[in-house]
Amino acid sequence: MKPEEFLYAESHEWAFIEEVNGDKIATVGISAFAVEQLTDLVFMELPEIGSMIESGSEFGEVESVKAVSSLYSPIDGEVIQVNTDLPDSLEILNEDPYGAGWILKAKVTDDSSLSKLADYTTYQKQCGEDG
Amino acid sequence: MTIQPQDSKTALYQWHVDHAGRMVDFAGWQMPIQYASIIEEHHATRQSATLFDVSHMGRFFFSGGQVEEFLDRMMTRKITGMPQGGIRYSLVCREDGGILDDVLVYRLGTVEGNDQFSMVVNASNREKLWTWFHSQVAGLDVAITDQTEGTAMIAVQGPRALEIVNGPLGFDLSSMKYFSGRHARFHDIPLTVSRTGYTGEDGCELVVTNEFAARVWEELLLNEAVSAAGLGARDTLRLESGMPLYGHELTEEINPWQTSMRFAMSLKDRDFVGKEAVLTAMSDESLPVRVGLVLEGRRAARQDAEVFLGEKLVGCVTSGTFSPTLQQPIAMAYLPREIVAGNNELVVDIRGKKIPAKLVDLPFYKRK
Repeated sequence: MKPEEFLYAESHEWAFIEEVNGDKIATVGISAFAVEQLTDLVFMELPEIGSMIESGSEFGEVESVKAVSSLYSPIDGEVIQVNTDLPDSLEILNEDPYGAGWILKAKVTDDSSLSKLADYTTYQKQCGEDG
Repeated sequence: MTIQPQDSKTALYQWHVDHAGRMVDFAGWQMPIQYASIIEEHHATRQSATLFDVSHMGRFFFSGGQVEEFLDRMMTRKITGMPQGGIRYSLVCREDGGILDDVLVYRLGTVEGNDQFSMVVNASNREKLWTWFHSQVAGLDVAITDQTEGTAMIAVQGPRALEIVNGPLGFDLSSMKYFSGRHARFHDIPLTVSRTGYTGEDGCELVVTNEFAARVWEELLLNEAVSAAGLGARDTLRLESGMPLYGHELTEEINPWQTSMRFAMSLKDRDFVGKEAVLTAMSDESLPVRVGLVLEGRRAARQDAEVFLGEKLVGCVTSGTFSPTLQQPIAMAYLPREIVAGNNELVVDIRGKKIPAKLVDLPFYKRK
């Protein structure tokens, strides 16, 4: 998986879309820019497997020493897997936000939710403006 | 006169920006919350030494024939008889006991019959205190000036802080008592140095005119044992050390007696603004008092998180964080005395989740 191939939400979550047995499966995480802005992460809450997540709605939260931030879903879908290694070793997010730092995998239930997402170049431009 | 700053910059502002300081507005000042990592800056303070730009803190100067009696009436702590070079932590109250600020009072000396004192106040309360003192000083021989804008204040904190500052000062700071201050020279630069701080570590604070601030700051950083730390680490450090922060543990709705800081009140044989209210609060068992909580898990309880005993709401968290030293969430809260005495099992509501918490003595962390 390469970050150049991912889609990005304005709220700094990424989604990588694969076709698996006819289903669209999204792997979801947060961008390197988000991790760098948050710093000092101490806690993450993951959604439950089987729960429905909705584009633009909160699916979990990540907490740093100074503040709590919501995680927003970039897609409409059903959670089929979560990265249970992550909450106990959040440093993975610093080391590999686009690989080992993935947060969840979900079956995409509405393709139209993908159309709101930006490609890598557009997202990088947004980060330049935010930073 | 208005002294409430807007977008004010300390003499070290450019240094912070040049060194990736994340600048935030703090009481009208552009201050660095952190450079890289709050946790790393926190550990650096506990293990070695760090510099904090605390120039945003308000600095008042008092001079006149009646400063001692004036300040003694304004402060919960006895000021009369303070030795030259002495420093005292005190609260400032209204008549009804509401806390207006917590401050450090420095006795500088006497020049031609005029007492000279200085005071460091919270940045957020600078204008309020300026107005308050002027409303109280009528008829007395006391002149008050605000020296905040013309000077910088640098805190050097950590187990190695003193050895680092000793060299440029040319004397051993450990020969000075904690909570004392004096004039000194940093090489050729005149400044004042005090054995004070807000981290729970040993250290000192330097006040220097703006023109020399960057030179002092940069020279101290030449020592490899020192790094810069931002206000984020300052907050986690003071929290571990059980120190209150105005706007959180101290407000105009809180009486000094509730803060559990008995040392901050001198009640015997003297009078001060708010004393009657303190005496009344002493015998009022219904008033909540400041306590420490340690929570299960890794989520921090933040200001206003509600504390429950069973189903009953018993109080609120005033500040909390994940303690980098203890590796667990810590918080301060105000709770009724009978609950504090009862060693009860409490829970804190953190965004809808009930997290078990236990009462602990303050401070959470004490240096060896």
